[in-house]
Amino acid sequence: MSIPSVINTAGRAVPAEINGIPVIPFKGVGKHKPFGNKYGPHIPSCSDYPEDGNKVVTTLEEALLRCGIKDGMTISTHHHLRDGDLVSNRIFEIASEMGVKDLVWFPSASFPCNDPLIKYLEDGTINRIEGSMNGPLGRFVSEGRMKGTAVLRSHGGRVQAIQDGEVKIDIAVLAAPTADSFGNARGTGGNSGCGVLGYAKADMMYADKVIVVTDNLIEMPCFPMEIEGNYVDYVVVVDKIGIPEKIVSGTTQVTKSPDRLLIAELTAAFLEKSGILKDGVTMQAGAGGTSLAIAVFINEIFKKRGWKSKFGFGGSTKYMVEMLEHGQMGYILDAQAFDLDSVNSIGKNANHIPYPVFNAYNYHSKGNLTSMMDIMILGATEVDLNFNGNVVTHSDGYLLHGIGGWQNCLHARNVILPVPLFRDRIPVIVDEVTTLCGPGELIDVIITERGIAINPLRHDLIDRVRNSGLPVKSINELRDEAEKICGKPSKPVFEDKVVAAIKWVDGTVIDVVRKIDR
Amino acid sequence: MNHICATSGNSGPKIRSDCKIALELRNLGGILIDLKSKVEVLYGESIRQQCIEILDYFGIKNALLTIDDSGALPFVLSARLESAIKNLSESEGEYLPVMLEENRYSTSPDIFRFSRLYLPGNNPGMMINAGLHSADGLILDLEDSVAPDRKDEARILVRNALRQVDFKGAERMVRINQGERGLKDLEYVIPHNVNLVLIPKCESTYTVKSIESKILAIKNKCSLVNPVHLMPIIETALGVELAFEIARSSPAVVALAIGLEDLTADLGVPRTEEGKESFYARTRIINAAKAAGIQPIDSVFSDVGDMEALRQNVLSSKALGFEGMGCIHPRQIQVIKNGFAPGPEEIDKSKKIVQAFEDARKKGLGVVALGTKMIDPPVVARAQKTIELAVRLGLLSGNWMIEIPA
Repeated sequence: MSIPSVINTAGRAVPAEINGIPVIPFKGVGKHKPFGNKYGPHIPSCSDYPEDGNKVVTTLEEALLRCGIKDGMTISTHHHLRDGDLVSNRIFEIASEMGVKDLVWFPSASFPCNDPLIKYLEDGTINRIEGSMNGPLGRFVSEGRMKGTAVLRSHGGRVQAIQDGEVKIDIAVLAAPTADSFGNARGTGGNSGCGVLGYAKADMMYADKVIVVTDNLIEMPCFPMEIEGNYVDYVVVVDKIGIPEKIVSGTTQVTKSPDRLLIAELTAAFLEKSGILKDGVTMQAGAGGTSLAIAVFINEIFKKRGWKSKFGFGGSTKYMVEMLEHGQMGYILDAQAFDLDSVNSIGKNANHIPYPVFNAYNYHSKGNLTSMMDIMILGATEVDLNFNGNVVTHSDGYLLHGIGGWQNCLHARNVILPVPLFRDRIPVIVDEVTTLCGPGELIDVIITERGIAINPLRHDLIDRVRNSGLPVKSINELRDEAEKICGKPSKPVFEDKVVAAIKWVDGTVIDVVRKIDR
Repeated sequence: MNHICATSGNSGPKIRSDCKIALELRNLGGILIDLKSKVEVLYGESIRQQCIEILDYFGIKNALLTIDDSGALPFVLSARLESAIKNLSESEGEYLPVMLEENRYSTSPDIFRFSRLYLPGNNPGMMINAGLHSADGLILDLEDSVAPDRKDEARILVRNALRQVDFKGAERMVRINQGERGLKDLEYVIPHNVNLVLIPKCESTYTVKSIESKILAIKNKCSLVNPVHLMPIIETALGVELAFEIARSSPAVVALAIGLEDLTADLGVPRTEEGKESFYARTRIINAAKAAGIQPIDSVFSDVGDMEALRQNVLSSKALGFEGMGCIHPRQIQVIKNGFAPGPEEIDKSKKIVQAFEDARKKGLGVVALGTKMIDPPVVARAQKTIELAVRLGLLSGNWMIEIPA
């Protein structure tokens, strides 16, 4: 049975419903106005909870049973333990043993460590994943082997969906490096410290049942708490919630690739010469090697000029921490810590402040952090001639990445995408993106090793760098250059079947990913 | 032919932008292509089409071609396939990719050669973006960076790179092998607009002369007009002793380089950071080069991680009289260029000379004088080059002459 499609404002054919639930097609940036009230979970009563505050139960299995786990439920997790996560897979292992079917896994992101979940997708324990899918999971979904349809949301879109009731979480299982028996919890301490728990707040507030899983139970009060015990139903103590060396990389590394360093250098030069970089800017860059190199080059400019950034938004890294400690950054507002230096900085430095994604990225909110950022450094797998960006699929059509905070960050004042012109033989600048994740009107500058393309909408920037000596080219020229070197690429061929929906930050459907035709 | 199977190229988890090709000639069955490629969806058809064209060009009608591709660009793919074919046939034919128009420039004998980046001749991944790093010269190396059993396929890859990789204005250099193989190398590269040939382990004027005459023969045969400069590398004790003779053995010799790894080995001493063991050789080569009116060029600095040590090394090299240095990593280029770039005093002096020259020209004077001192034309030329370089390096405004306060 095929579901009728509509063409959304971005020109993409999207179905009217996903997983049997009606969806709203993308209407344009800022055009969809939500109505009604936020979702509300059931009202609890203290009379149902122990007066001594001790909510510890012996096993995760018992906690799940007490939460009433059953077929079709939605179970959420966060990704703070990254590739070292030992909790998420365990949930579905237990569910499978219990014979529970058709669960929806609603993680804030997935990692290679979650690949074993494929067997629970195959045996029917899990119906679908609403979250990110990469590697073998992405392949599994792209080949149309998942029973339900995946839904990919940005970090902000995820909390928006929770808040608005588009996704109703039955059970949130929140792994916590340190917790007390009442359920207060934080991201620091113990053997599995991850720094902050910036992705767990909405789950905590809106899930019907909340389980905190820790390997470091301490005396009440666990302070400062990011998860608050009065939202928590059960606390489970296990030997290990994660593998420390896989939770944070010991150290994040600036790229050594000469080509990427060149891109980073060009990016810093562009920011300086365009006047975007100035005293007091707010900025965000990721933990990728190129982003880190840009941060290092920006820091050099700050030092040279005696400037500082008012605040930076994390994912924090040692390079941001260094700026914080040496006075080139006023504050780090942080949703996740990427390396040991940043984990250690939280709690030690009063200006390194945990800042949940729920507050930073939620579009259905009374303003959020992203539109206040001056400089936003982002990546992309593809950018097209209209400056549209793709971050979820590879040019061959396979799901490759989650959206992360990418869509949310597009609302910053200056969105800069430093990307190679081509990767091996795969052009990054293409005629049309395989999957539309972000509309071009929000993407300002593409910086490649072979030239800089500025969105024609940003004539202010075009004017400011006109005589700068920077290699400014049109996006068409960059596309031509990529094709001259790599050849004109063919397009992947898809079947009609929709395997994943891509949500925009307001919950509308901006595009879909279809099954690969093999 | 005895052989019916040949391979070329590279594959494996760490290999990027290359491919491994296995070709098996058959008696019938037509062309079968077994392609495994990470860009199958995007370029699978175009890869097959390209291979069929090449096989057809060499008259191969029946073969099994197995390709393990990690994103090789078309010029790499055709080099790999041609190498495999040449292993199995005596064909003299060459399947040449298009020569980029932007690669047809020539260089003058006395351009600055501060930094020259070595690119291993059988590693396509390092070639593709090499032109972006603003080295004064890019060396496609056929000698020490290529494994002995890969020398033949490197020649073809280097030939294709000379045509298809945009050198972005860098001097187009090739380091050939020693001896007979080196002379044969020339046949593969000279027709594709090489600006300069590096002669390894040079220790006789005969070597220079035989290379020069071979180049001349190729130029005549192919009607080439651009000059091909020579840079002998002195890497042996005997070479050091003959440095001056080698330096002036041909007008094509524009620079004399020193190779310290091999030289210290020949001397039987370890190479140290302070370089006492090679002090004599270095100064001898500098002197020989200067006496012959060409550029003395220093060896490479092998610690690619230590930029501060490199900076120090460049400063002492420049102080001795060297006018350039080899690079083995693109990140070294800027440090080396900055180190050899004219300092503020040098720029100042050059500005005065050029200003005096301009004044004299305007007044119609044949002789340039600065104060009471006469300035020879080469000094003016040198000063002009220094200014031009300072402008190119962003050390001086292009309008400096107007901006000088009266």
